[in-house]
Amino acid sequence: MERIPILKMGPFLLVTIQVDLYDRLALNLENDLITMVSKTGARGVLIDISAVTIVDSFMGRILGNIASMSRIMDAETVVVGMQPAVAITLVELGLTLQGVHTALNVERGMDLLYKKTDVLLDQNQEEEEEAAEQDPE
Amino acid sequence: MDTNTTARLLLRKKQDILVNWMENQLADDTLRDDLISNEELNKQSEELLDGLLKAVSHGNFENIYSPEYEQTLDTLGDISITRARQGFSPRETNLYVLSLKQALTDVLEQEHLNDPALLYKEVILINKLLDNLSIATFETYLKGREEVILRQTDELNEISTPVIRVWDGILALPIIGTLDSSRTQIVMENLLQEIVNTGSSIAILDISGVPAVDSLVAQHLIKTVSATRLMGAECIISGIRAEIAQTIVHLGIDLSNIRTKSTLASALQIAFEMLNLQVRKTGQTSVTKLLR
Amino acid sequence: MITMTKDTMEIVREQDVVPFRNRVKELATKIGMSLVNQTKLITAASELVRNMLKYANGGKVTLELISKAGQSGVRLTFTDKGPGIADIQQAMQDGFSTGRSLGLGLPGTRRLVNEFAISSVVGEGTTVTVTHWKNGR
Repeated sequence: MERIPILKMGPFLLVTIQVDLYDRLALNLENDLITMVSKTGARGVLIDISAVTIVDSFMGRILGNIASMSRIMDAETVVVGMQPAVAITLVELGLTLQGVHTALNVERGMDLLYKKTDVLLDQNQEEEEEAAEQDPE
Repeated sequence: MDTNTTARLLLRKKQDILVNWMENQLADDTLRDDLISNEELNKQSEELLDGLLKAVSHGNFENIYSPEYEQTLDTLGDISITRARQGFSPRETNLYVLSLKQALTDVLEQEHLNDPALLYKEVILINKLLDNLSIATFETYLKGREEVILRQTDELNEISTPVIRVWDGILALPIIGTLDSSRTQIVMENLLQEIVNTGSSIAILDISGVPAVDSLVAQHLIKTVSATRLMGAECIISGIRAEIAQTIVHLGIDLSNIRTKSTLASALQIAFEMLNLQVRKTGQTSVTKLLR
Repeated sequence: MITMTKDTMEIVREQDVVPFRNRVKELATKIGMSLVNQTKLITAASELVRNMLKYANGGKVTLELISKAGQSGVRLTFTDKGPGIADIQQAMQDGFSTGRSLGLGLPGTRRLVNEFAISSVVGEGTTVTVTHWKNGR
């Protein structure tokens, strides 16, 4: 069955949607992502929709679901790269994706995830701890 | 009565009709020789008359939407659209066609002076035909005018919503005039596209130039802010005058989710803060250095 | 009003949605509709097709290119033989839904297009007609 690939980048999961999703594919993505979050203990999910030309209420609901479910598992969700035409249409439709963080592009999205999840801090602490452990030797 | 005979008669008398028609036009007080030269007018008139006589040569005086009238309607359409753009008034444009009616009936009158019954029928026929043509002219004239208005509206919308890059990462969009739904659409499109182009993360919407904010305008503003947020940028609304603040509260419009500032300057200030930027007087730094 | 082209598509399963959207896009591109207006129209079409699949197990869509007073546009007619809508006025209100969705469907869709007409007979089916003009006015 066709699936959207999910990449693991450090503490985060990265998904780039390159095709217009039909329902089954979107539901699979929701399922796969949540499974991955729980399996890897990821702290953030970044979804790149810059290649998506149509986001209807179904697709909007999937994005909202992913964000809410991830949050319960202590992971933040950032949707990046929304096309202007898609943003205007969503607003007109009445969907504002409450609870979903947004950023202009993948780079900004990563920055936002680091800020939202304090992962950088954790990593530094780990590094310090590692350094402290290594010191006596 | 045989309409073919009438058609043949008119065709034979073509030169007379043209001369007559031109005389009518040139004698008219409302002749706009400032907008069109007499030679040009003559050429135009001859072309139209040629087409018309060809059309009636099949004996059809009734239905101007049949194929043989295509050329005539095209010529007529061109003429009235050009006239609409050149600034001819509706009366002047219509008189052009109606003066042809006079020319045609004059010729028929000379020919059938002895047969009033036939003349009457023919005049009625010509009247009907020319009335129809004049209606068609008027329709195309209006269409031409509407095109002018539409183009002006587009231009106005285009120039009245500039997106300014005030700082690296900060866009400002001064809105001047009323914000209706079609303008909101253009504002949103321009703003969001510019956000993508420049990678800006903050947009300031300045509404100092918006005369009044009612619930509909507020709704448009909220939509613009929401769309900006969906793209991943933050939106600040500035230029909220005292009376606008009053109406917003009286109307019970909720803007609490939106950052608002009274002036563009204070909006810029807060934008700097959001980007961790500081603006200082250069003189002051040297003083602090001295104090150290 | 003149109809320039006309064809129909059967929608019976969710896999039909994406090809249908592409067909709408083709029509909109053909008359030179701007990207934002295209996106609005396709999103509206997507919503309506989804409704049709959800409540009536599919139906038929008529796609037309039309022209009125020198202005060209796309008209879509969605016909299903589903249960019908008992109270159309209620269904057109924001926030109303019988199908556990966000309730944005019909009122949201109406905001996306220039013209929207709906008629329904309980037990016989529903017909929705939407029209979007080239310049979106």
